[in-house]
Amino acid sequence: MSQKILFKNIDEPGLATLDVYRARGGYGDRLRKALSMPKDALVEELKASGLRGRGGAGFSMGTKASFLPKGQMDKYLVCNADESEPGTFKDRELMQKCPHMLIEGMIIAAYAAGANKAFIYIRGEYQQQAEILERAIEEAKAAGLLGDRLMGTDTSLTLWVHRGAGAYICGEETGLLDSLEGKRGNPRLKPPFPANQGLYQGPTLINNVETLATLPHIIEMGASEYAKIGVQNSTGTKLISISGHVMRPGNYEIELGMSSRDIIYGLAGGPGDGRSVKMWFPGGSSSPVLTGDDLDLPYDFDSMAKAGTMLGSGAIIIVDDQTSVVDVALKTAQFYRHESCGKCTPCREGTNWTVKMLERIKSGEATPMDLDLMASVCENIIGHCLCVLGDAMAMPIGSMVKKFRTEFEEYIEMARARAERELMAGLSSAPAAQPHHPVAA
Amino acid sequence: MARNRPVRSSATGHLTGEGLQPVPRYAHGSRVPGWDDAVDLTKDPAGVPDPAVVAVPADLRAQIEDFMSRYPDARSAAIPALRAAQEKYGWCSPDAIEQVACVMRLTPGYLAAVAGFYDQLETRPVGHRPVYVCTNISCSLRGADALLASLQDELHDDETVNLRGFECLGACDIAPMVSVEGVYVGPVESPEEIAELARQIRAGEDPLPEKQLLRRPCQDPGAVS
Ligand SMILES: Cc1cc2nc3c(=O)[nH]c(=O)nc-3n(C[C@H](O)[C@H](O)[C@H](O)COP(=O)(O)O)c2cc1C
Ligand code: SF4
Ligand code: FES
Repeated sequence: MSQKILFKNIDEPGLATLDVYRARGGYGDRLRKALSMPKDALVEELKASGLRGRGGAGFSMGTKASFLPKGQMDKYLVCNADESEPGTFKDRELMQKCPHMLIEGMIIAAYAAGANKAFIYIRGEYQQQAEILERAIEEAKAAGLLGDRLMGTDTSLTLWVHRGAGAYICGEETGLLDSLEGKRGNPRLKPPFPANQGLYQGPTLINNVETLATLPHIIEMGASEYAKIGVQNSTGTKLISISGHVMRPGNYEIELGMSSRDIIYGLAGGPGDGRSVKMWFPGGSSSPVLTGDDLDLPYDFDSMAKAGTMLGSGAIIIVDDQTSVVDVALKTAQFYRHESCGKCTPCREGTNWTVKMLERIKSGEATPMDLDLMASVCENIIGHCLCVLGDAMAMPIGSMVKKFRTEFEEYIEMARARAERELMAGLSSAPAAQPHHPVAA
Repeated sequence: MARNRPVRSSATGHLTGEGLQPVPRYAHGSRVPGWDDAVDLTKDPAGVPDPAVVAVPADLRAQIEDFMSRYPDARSAAIPALRAAQEKYGWCSPDAIEQVACVMRLTPGYLAAVAGFYDQLETRPVGHRPVYVCTNISCSLRGADALLASLQDELHDDETVNLRGFECLGACDIAPMVSVEGVYVGPVESPEEIAELARQIRAGEDPLPEKQLLRRPCQDPGAVS
């Protein structure tokens, strides 16, 4: 069984309180150690751990922290707790059960980046989790762990919880920043990157909840020990959210590089009922799908990239053999159509047309040629937008059409035949003239 | 573990309902108005409301001013302020938006644009108690579309409830799931359970206490200390 770092003691009663968290080593020697290191050395330590961002893009955490300019100015740390990628629910479990781990991680990251103002941007729907975080912050403040000259050092940090109001695009880092500034959550043109011009135009470090919560453990273990867990280029443990057609959906902490089959069948119990895995999203609904033939792939960043997909947020969605690929494609496309912010034409219109074409397939109005049209719409989205939300629809839909083309074609034929039958039946059974009765109210 | 077995309403078609509130589109297919209706050029643009004219209830004003004081830049309070107004009036009505604009010294147009962006802020009159049924992939695979339809049947005449399909709510482990005024419950599967939940929602009771997310232990067997 994989080593537990983030999920160790996670269900211990009262872990969300300061006392129990402290009894488990929280805010202790490891935090003092981090705050006594020179900032540069701390950033180097984070780089050496090999920790890659857990929010989706998988960028080296330490490297990102090193991009922030040095010197005296207002710098910000923002924790991305928007967690809206379909299939992802790991940050929720962490924040709800161990909020202080996130706060401790944020103190370390803020110190490394030289930021003295920090925000947790949490999705509006996570009301209960936001309340838990706010309570934890109050506790930490009262104990001198946040605020001016925390823990008797020269470091100060103010931490706010900011609740969003329901928009997937506010998980994209620049959309998040605009939303945090009180605007519509439209992504910004990059560059400038947030490390140079982020929140309120100041240098900003943005990291996912899980990324930040890992920092105290890296300091405690030492970067070189942490880097021994997992595989090359994918160090450490990762929280996996697994859902859909499995017997035991939930969050699991795994060592990166574990076999996907062991995760899907071993941990989550597989689809059960004698069914098999037809396809799966390895990293949230934005990742190109894999099939039942790919179950032996190691689950890590590079292996997923090599297989043409991505580890993303670590959200595995399982679809079994009883489910139609057309239905899943339609659900996926509908989500991105709904969440497109509307700023770029290829994304706004491309998601809309993809949904329309999938609806035509379902209602029996499409021909196999529409599949090529759909693929071409997807191709024209990829790389042509401000952010990657458009790509995030085009890539999984494109992969479904490519890997399940025969099924799409059969579906089109079947739906056409059904629509024709219904039309003929409608024509022959329709009465020649409807007598017109006014309906009594 | 019977409750973790995939459940579906029927062999096919369980993924079909859209459930979501459609993004409004005009007849010409676009999301922006203005194609069909000419802009009224004679009308003055709405400026920042005059505090002497717009009455803002003291409690709402205090709440908004508190939010504004918490951020390095007061404008960051836009979402919390709109949420507070929505909690008071049930939705972000034009009057509610004008009051927020008056306290925040912004134009109503700016705040209407912000409110229109976010799913949880309602710019049309709705019931003041939000009930969201997730109809995204993982929940649909386990019967969410049927769940939404059943709840709609049960609750359609309760005007205090704002029942709607929603995107992934970040709780696919308890699929199919419902958020009742922010309290997550699931999996909600059997007809009896759905009926009971509907009754509790109507009565304003604590929804399915045994099935609330906050009580659920972590699934990872190694996490047991
Ligand atoms: C459309 C879109 C949605 C995203 N949603 C999230 C999210 O919900 N949570 C998250 O942590 N990152 C999300 N990201 C990734 C962020 O942009 C960013 O890469 C991440 O927060 C960086 O943190 P990390 O380096 O710790 O992973 C999203 C990206 C895109 C393009
Ligand atoms: S790609 Fe889509 S979501 Fe991203 S900025 Fe453009 S329109 Fe908005
Ligand atoms: S798909 Fe329903 S909560 Fe994620």
